[in-house]
Amino acid sequence: MSTTFEPEIVALCCRHCAYAAADLAGSSRQTYPPAVKIVELPCTGRVDVVEVLHAFENGADGVLVAGCLEGKCHYLKGNLHARRRLDHVQALMDQIGLERDRARMINVSAAMGVQFAELAGEHVETVRNLGPSPLRRKPLQGETA
Amino acid sequence: MIVAEQKSLQEIRKMLEGRSRVLAVGCGTCVTVCHAGGQRETAALASSLRMATRIDARPIEVDEAIVQRQCEWEYVDVLAARIEDYDAVLSLGCGVGVQTLAERFPRKRVYPALNTKFMGMPTSQGIWEERCIGCGNCILDKTGGICPVSRCAKQLFNGPCGGSENGRCEVAKSTPCAWHRIWERAEALGLVEELMQITPPKDWSSSRDGGPRRIVRDDLRLPGEETEAAS
Repeated sequence: MSTTFEPEIVALCCRHCAYAAADLAGSSRQTYPPAVKIVELPCTGRVDVVEVLHAFENGADGVLVAGCLEGKCHYLKGNLHARRRLDHVQALMDQIGLERDRARMINVSAAMGVQFAELAGEHVETVRNLGPSPLRRKPLQGETA
Repeated sequence: MIVAEQKSLQEIRKMLEGRSRVLAVGCGTCVTVCHAGGQRETAALASSLRMATRIDARPIEVDEAIVQRQCEWEYVDVLAARIEDYDAVLSLGCGVGVQTLAERFPRKRVYPALNTKFMGMPTSQGIWEERCIGCGNCILDKTGGICPVSRCAKQLFNGPCGGSENGRCEVAKSTPCAWHRIWERAEALGLVEELMQITPPKDWSSSRDGGPRRIVRDDLRLPGEETEAAS
């Protein structure tokens, strides 16, 4: 894989935990790859199959769904709903021809800025190893077709 | 409600082979509430088809539409203006919806994206169970409101078979024995004596055995339309 490939990751983050954790990571000067584009959600229970599919369809190489620690959802079970939906999305990805590891769910609290940065970095690395999404695979800058 | 589930993406893709512009049409009624063919499922299937066919370098354009009820002329007529732009229609309605579209748009090839399963209800979140087969001659008055026609594997009318074990059906342990339930309910309601009356064999001519069924209500026919009584 060309070293010029920098994956685009859409991170769907719950505002009560992961979004705040990402913010904390920034203010604590913890770096995580700029490829991670944060989308703030009221709760990961808001994540629907369609949103994840549309992220891939519109060019994301990977999707990260980041919710509260299990048992700590502000709406009680939103993060548990999200996990089941993500399982369903991964089954769909198998049928579509997208590697299921491109989608991942993580659970962090608002205080876990360091862990958010680490987990986001891990996902970027996973997706980097998988290469560009098959939906946008084309010669990259400096790479021949 | 009518309960359906989506076919596999592979099966749908095979049906659509050779097509280049497809209109996926969802339905806002039964298949919306059973999460098989509503707006969100239509969007997810259309997106999945677009991505899968792009990955295989045989892209199909898939647009989305939703009608409130795919089983009535008035509701599907709104598609007339745009349907000509497509070389196929993929219906996420039940079998009735697919046939309504095929009949209304006779020059269009209409494909089913769902398998229509049964008339039933969600017994809990994510689980649907059959409750009625539309046999055309309801006997729920005799069985305490529990239907042995749809819920007993053998469609028995006078008590359980030997395969009833601990209140479960021998066909599938996840299925409660309908007659076990009927007996429990009769005991609770004091109807055991009534239940001991022998029910004669059912006349199945009101069901599918009598061929496709039809209901005519002359009182609802519009002025100027032919009535059954007059014809």
